[in-house]
Amino acid sequence: MQAWHFSETAYPYLPPQDSYPSIRVSLPNQNYDPVKGAALWDRYLKEWQIADEEGMEVMLNEHHQTATCVDPAAPLVLATLARLTTRARLLILGNPIANRRQPVRVAEEMAMCDVLSKGRIEAGFVRGVPYEISPANSNPVRMGDRFWEALDLIVKTWTSHDGPFSHEGRFFHHRNVNIWPRAYQNPHPPVWVSTTSTGGAAEVGAKGFVQATFLTGFEATRKIFDSYRGAWRKVGRGNDVPNHRLAYAALVYVGETEKEAHEGAEKLLWYVTANKVAPQYANPPGYVPVAANVAMMRGAEHPLSAFAKGASVEAAIRSGFMFAGTPDQVYNQIKRHYEYVGGYGHLLNMGQAGFLEHEDSVKGIRNFARHVYPRLREEFPNTRISGQYGDVPPEPPEAHVLRSATKAATGPLYSQLGGGAA
Amino acid sequence: MQRNVVTIAGCEIEVHEDGAGAPLLFLHPGSGFRATDAYVSMLAKGRRLIAPSHPGFGSSSLPGWIDNVDDIAHIYLELMDRLGLAKVDIIGCSIGGWIAAEMLTKAPERFGKVVLVGPVGVKTGPYDKLDIPDIFVLPPPEVAKLMFHDPAKMAPDLTKLSDAELSVQVRNRETLALLVWEPYMHNPKLPHRLQRVASPTLFVRGASDGVVSAAYLENYAKLVKGATTATIAAAGHAPHVEQPDAFAKLVLDFLGR
Repeated sequence: MQAWHFSETAYPYLPPQDSYPSIRVSLPNQNYDPVKGAALWDRYLKEWQIADEEGMEVMLNEHHQTATCVDPAAPLVLATLARLTTRARLLILGNPIANRRQPVRVAEEMAMCDVLSKGRIEAGFVRGVPYEISPANSNPVRMGDRFWEALDLIVKTWTSHDGPFSHEGRFFHHRNVNIWPRAYQNPHPPVWVSTTSTGGAAEVGAKGFVQATFLTGFEATRKIFDSYRGAWRKVGRGNDVPNHRLAYAALVYVGETEKEAHEGAEKLLWYVTANKVAPQYANPPGYVPVAANVAMMRGAEHPLSAFAKGASVEAAIRSGFMFAGTPDQVYNQIKRHYEYVGGYGHLLNMGQAGFLEHEDSVKGIRNFARHVYPRLREEFPNTRISGQYGDVPPEPPEAHVLRSATKAATGPLYSQLGGGAA
Repeated sequence: MQRNVVTIAGCEIEVHEDGAGAPLLFLHPGSGFRATDAYVSMLAKGRRLIAPSHPGFGSSSLPGWIDNVDDIAHIYLELMDRLGLAKVDIIGCSIGGWIAAEMLTKAPERFGKVVLVGPVGVKTGPYDKLDIPDIFVLPPPEVAKLMFHDPAKMAPDLTKLSDAELSVQVRNRETLALLVWEPYMHNPKLPHRLQRVASPTLFVRGASDGVVSAAYLENYAKLVKGATTATIAAAGHAPHVEQPDAFAKLVLDFLGR
């Protein structure tokens, strides 16, 4: 198993949550202090460097017009990390190519970073979250079609070396494609695609790209991975799906003691509880299928939204959104999840969020890298086959769950959030 | 009310027809066409009312090649040929008004009288302000206030709709977004093409319409030679639904003049 340190690089110094309708899209940037923001970038980059030193891989992403992730141009930070790190694989997950007007430009950016890092880029692609439809002025309808045309064109751009070709597609037009530099890796950087739906996973499985899913817990993750594995086999990629084709992202915090772990884990929950989004930004027309919209109008709720209302460390661990505790506890939580969903080769550690300060973030990274990661690599090497389920009991053994700490541990966090989170 | 399906360029169009007499083409707004609305039978008295559901609306299909209003204008000119309609009067509401305007610029000789109700399709204001409020990112209660004079009375009760009816509403909204997303609610070329229109044209809006402002309607009307404007009291962006009697009277008076 490979583990990737990930931070959404939030800007958490915000007014009380009940003073604004949405942390995304409409929150004025008068709330962003560039001096504080620059200091945040110093520490976020440093944390990735420490993850690199500790033997972990590195993951970053981008979002737009939001305080939850103040990296609107991930390829720029990727280029920075190409020079600040020395050995880690560098995963950008990802490029929102249904919202980018020129796929060839994206191929150029990735090839450039691949050269700068001497072949350490893992190039991830995402459709783009619904909130960023308006910031990108991107049509929310037919995004999936745009996504796949763009990705096919990007791969072709990377793998064409005999002079210009042209592309006149349904959505994109390029009269002359002949990029310099070409990618460092041959034939091209590994391609990742994130999706949290079974339909999306089937498309990714058919193409054989690495599939990542975020905070989908036990049941949904198993279904998504099953869908991937089914499609992989159906198109004739073989009966065995290597576990390194699948990735799972969770909030991860490892402490030396349960108390330390709980304090860190509480702060990571900011990622879920701070994501206050006005409903009209969260679901533009056409973003989800008609039937899913009808279900929502009938009252269905996204599991993560439902969870956010009563968010707690213990509930997050039981749901599989979070792995947190002492090294032993975290190892056992991950093992349980791995065996339930059938196995994956990549753990995307959301190891920093919100008000988890630099020192505590570094502690979490080091505790994971030194005391959990070696066991995961030994137990779940990337030579294993995915799709083999363990005998996982419905409830985890109590010793594996990080218990709720004292009230004092929860108080300060919620007051920082303006009381809205509890 | 009859319902037929006509296939044009790979698109299956459902066409509602009612009444007999001189043909009157009705192009629905973004919310779709409902045959049971009161204005429908009022317009069909003494006229042959023809109301297609736009591609991607109602039960009309949406082939992949269709993605803007101009595409639909071409399809509807073909539909007129198929139905043997050499010349029609036409009513278009909101996006239906935009489709009608595009048709008028392409084949002005095929239209008698024209009524555009809260039409979108042009940009007349400054660059740094949307002419039409962004109905896709405003909170839903705010959109209802823009749409209706009396939102409490007019907003649909979703609990009373079947899954099939709800699916049509969701799909109508999705298709609307596809068609009007960028440039938002307008075709930059349309103002320069409207000089071809030769039909007597009436521009109508509800007095409380928050989507199409009075200034927008006036500016739009100035682009069509000899066009006149009218206002329907106690109505918003859908005066045909909110004030069917006043709407039918205004329209039939104009068409009968």
